[in-house]
Amino acid sequence: MNRAYWMESKMELLKMTRLKQYSLSTVGFPLMFYCFFGLMMGPYSTGSVSLAKYLLATYGAFGVMGATLYAFGAGVAVERGMGWLEVKRASPMPPAAYLIAKGVVSLTFGALVVTLLFALGAIFGGVRMAAGQWLLMWSVLVAGAIPFGAIGLAIGSFAGPNSAPGIVNMVYLPLGFFGGLWMPMELLPKTMQHIAPWLPSYHFAQIALVVLHVPSQGSVMGHVEALAGFGLIFAGVAWIGQTRDREKIYG
Amino acid sequence: MPVAELRGVTKRYGAVEALRGIDLSIGRGELVALLGPNGAGKTTAVRILLGLSKATSGTATLFGHDPASRQAKLRRGALLQVGKVPETLKVKEHIELFCSYYERPLPMTAIVAAAGLAGIENRLFGDLSGGQKHRVLFALAICGNPELLFLDEPTVGLDVESRRALWAHIRGFVERGGSVLLTTHYLDEADALAQRVAVIDQGRIVAEGSPAEIKARTKTNGLEDAFLEIMKQNGNRLEEVVR
Repeated sequence: MNRAYWMESKMELLKMTRLKQYSLSTVGFPLMFYCFFGLMMGPYSTGSVSLAKYLLATYGAFGVMGATLYAFGAGVAVERGMGWLEVKRASPMPPAAYLIAKGVVSLTFGALVVTLLFALGAIFGGVRMAAGQWLLMWSVLVAGAIPFGAIGLAIGSFAGPNSAPGIVNMVYLPLGFFGGLWMPMELLPKTMQHIAPWLPSYHFAQIALVVLHVPSQGSVMGHVEALAGFGLIFAGVAWIGQTRDREKIYG
Repeated sequence: MPVAELRGVTKRYGAVEALRGIDLSIGRGELVALLGPNGAGKTTAVRILLGLSKATSGTATLFGHDPASRQAKLRRGALLQVGKVPETLKVKEHIELFCSYYERPLPMTAIVAAAGLAGIENRLFGDLSGGQKHRVLFALAICGNPELLFLDEPTVGLDVESRRALWAHIRGFVERGGSVLLTTHYLDEADALAQRVAVIDQGRIVAEGSPAEIKARTKTNGLEDAFLEIMKQNGNRLEEVVR
């Protein structure tokens, strides 16, 4: 039984690492964006902190969000829509192993993106922090994958196998931009600043910014509660989708 | 005790009645073929026996257990129709993973031999030919050393050689005492493999018996003609009822 959980996670990790459209783009895009906005515009600062440091937190959040939304959203939609999930369901696979394996992939790739971003920031962006602060920010960013796993699973439970990657993009990129992950909130127009609190990405980034001692909005507890709320709602949506799927008409 | 049994099973999807009271049993060491036109209810019956969908009324059991229970799942294997299998895992890795789900899986060498996969264990699934992909799915169905196999149109899209090779593997499984529920559109396949045939149409079993009995009853030579004859008679009977 325990072996099934371990093997499911190991094989999922192998499978997704070899799937270049996943492994290259989830790691490559956040790094590339950080180079453009964080490093090239590094000397500019927002308040007391350099852009290179500020955007390390927000692109870290962006990277983790991407790794998770694709692993769950596109991953589940394709396997569900193409009948592979059905084969697994007919087998004695423990159902939780399937989700845990997707979680392991999300956390692993999230951790990889964050680590590489930190290296870029430290080496080329001149970002300096105490060891404890680096570690805390790293942990906050990687742990942020959890509510986005639920959002991804909700997309994966409803989207068709062909449209899912596009739908994930349509969710992922606006969440990044409007949540203040691409550039500091203060630089965005006022109307957009009003939209942000309705987005989970905003709450995620704000928690990471607190660790940097950057002036942030709201309280940490409030952001955690908001993320937990988003997580629960979308877990419910995903559950409805999975139940509905099981009673489709077959000849 | 039969290894798999449906008793008075009905299945309704809203206004659509997919199954209207089906009785079917599969004994130990028996290969039963379930035949019927598209939309007749074959897949619904299989999905209920696999615990993937619940009967509206009636009972379904595997080895006396609920088909969705772990006890039932550990003793069966299934080759289902699947559009796309993850392509970036190797043949060996797919098999290892499915083996980990079972308590007493077959050894890798036995699985590779029984499914005819020698020499391609280290290839990625995406690089395989159609016939090889099918054999991997067959390997995943038998890797847990099941007593009962579900084969849902196992040879669709296979060339003659691959089809015959898969038949040989299926026969080998039955000779070792396994039971099989086979659904197929190829009636020569049912004729070649099945001890018993059940014909399903519009959610009911309209004929059941050995291939020879069915041919004798319809006074036909081939199972394909017998099948068409049964469909014709069944259509007539329904028309009478409507009148």
